[in-house]
Amino acid sequence: MTSDDFLSDRTTGGTADAETVIAADGVRRSYKDGFEAVSGVSFSVARGELFALLGTNGAGKTSTVELLEGLALPTAGTIEVLGHDPYRERAAVRPRTGVMLQEGGFPSDLTVMETARMWSACTTGARPAAEALEMVGLTSRTGVRVKQLSGGEKRRLDLALALTSRPEVLFLDEPTTGLDAEGRRDTWDLIRALRDGGTTVLLTTHYLEEAEALADRLAIMHQGQIVTSGTTAEVTASQPARIRFTLPDGVPAGHLPLSLRAAAEGQRIEIRTSGLQESLHELLGWARESGVQLLGLDARSASLEEAFLQIANTQLRSRADDPRRAGTKPTDDTKKKVAA
Amino acid sequence: MTTTTVLTGPRKSPSKASASARRLTALARAELILLVRNRSAIFIALVLPIVMIFSIRASLQQIDLAGTGLSIAGAALTGGIGIVLVQVVYMTLVTGYVTRREELVLKRLRTGEVTDREILAANALPAVALALLQVVLLVAAGAVAFDLSAPQRPEIFLAGLLVGLVMMSGLAAATSAVTRTVQTSQLTTLPLFFVSLFASGIFVPLDIFPDGLASVFELLPLTGVMTLIRHGWLGGVEGGDLLTATVAALAWTGFAVFAVQRWFRWDPRG
Repeated sequence: MTSDDFLSDRTTGGTADAETVIAADGVRRSYKDGFEAVSGVSFSVARGELFALLGTNGAGKTSTVELLEGLALPTAGTIEVLGHDPYRERAAVRPRTGVMLQEGGFPSDLTVMETARMWSACTTGARPAAEALEMVGLTSRTGVRVKQLSGGEKRRLDLALALTSRPEVLFLDEPTTGLDAEGRRDTWDLIRALRDGGTTVLLTTHYLEEAEALADRLAIMHQGQIVTSGTTAEVTASQPARIRFTLPDGVPAGHLPLSLRAAAEGQRIEIRTSGLQESLHELLGWARESGVQLLGLDARSASLEEAFLQIANTQLRSRADDPRRAGTKPTDDTKKKVAA
Repeated sequence: MTTTTVLTGPRKSPSKASASARRLTALARAELILLVRNRSAIFIALVLPIVMIFSIRASLQQIDLAGTGLSIAGAALTGGIGIVLVQVVYMTLVTGYVTRREELVLKRLRTGEVTDREILAANALPAVALALLQVVLLVAAGAVAFDLSAPQRPEIFLAGLLVGLVMMSGLAAATSAVTRTVQTSQLTTLPLFFVSLFASGIFVPLDIFPDGLASVFELLPLTGVMTLIRHGWLGGVEGGDLLTATVAALAWTGFAVFAVQRWFRWDPRG
């Protein structure tokens, strides 16, 4: 693959030339209690790509990633990772993937080094434990029991184990949750370096800036489905830009030009537009002619955050109408009860 | 450690068997460290069987053993092996499997190259090793302190012991599937504990029960194993009874393996 193909693949989201490393087609997953966490998800990730699954808590990200990791069979649909079924052909896939689960999974009474050594000895062609720990900056904590680690340190230990197999494909489920700002930067740098080294990365996150900073392509999940996907630019392009300002007292919103689709809340005005430059031009022209001062004028292009909130809000309103989901979602509370 | 082989090149795949052995060793070593660091588990595993053997002796003194061909020491020490199987292997392992599942350790291990069988076996190995050590001590104690001979039919003794270890490990894994938390494992292990103690010939020899009842008890999980172990050590069991014991023991072991394959839970949510 030439670098040109590589780039064009990034922007078009998959061409025939690019080797597909992860493919999900019509994937569904229902739990025993009947709750359907994944409701027909399809996407593919090319070699060397960094793909982010975004979504609110409970959107179905983890349920999807667990299927890609081969921890469970989908209720319907097919999944291929590196050309194999990750569940049925475990032995063919596992040596080439690295997995970081959403939550720990280490015996609490082992030390950091004991944990890393155990994992290293269980892995073909493994990175030495000390090297993996150094990559994530845990070298000074090797003798500490896992139960004494902070949440962020546990995430980094988890990442070290995921890197132990020198994976071609890396699954990272919320890799920076619980990390402080510096730890998050370090992890981002590491993930970027791995991607630049050719590792295919699939990460889930509910941090928008994380997806924006790292992802070549992303998909936003909500209520078990992918509601939009593409590059950050593509996803935000489908969203309107926004202009906000406050009209002075005595200037009613009705005086605004009709072509601007303005929503008024008292004197506070919000305009959503797909042509930001045109709308601004019109607004400012009107303001000058009418001698009106626009207070707190703020105009911005759509950001990923806006796209995301837009989707989340739309879906929130529809949530109550969907009996299949209403009230059946296992919340964090019920999960804790099960574990207690 | 394996550092040197690791550095010779990535993806160099050693033979399947040696890779499997390497993984088993690594996991079992970690489990052993954890067992040693878990003081209450160690206490239960080491001290309770001794206490139980003394209480078996005390209860046997109330019973007329004349028709059973067993001495008090013989009955108590072979019963002690049963106690070890139930407490050191079965009860320890139910807690062990549940703990690892709830800590998400089992789930995490399954994201790697370790096979399901290796995970289950590695979890069982330290408890099994501890049990074997105690059996050796019991046999030695029998010879030194109680004038018992070494096992008369060592091959039957060892076969019974081996089947018992596999069966108890399997039933422990199966029991963990119906055990939600570490705390409830103290309840879910009780049925097999009591049934084995009182109706499988651990606390009291089956011969003292009425015939009808005794022949039902012969079909319980641990009865066959106990018969094989007792005969292997002390002799005195007839061929027909040995056959029944062998068939029952193997059938329960088969059931345990099936139950694990069918119902074992790797994930608190799964």
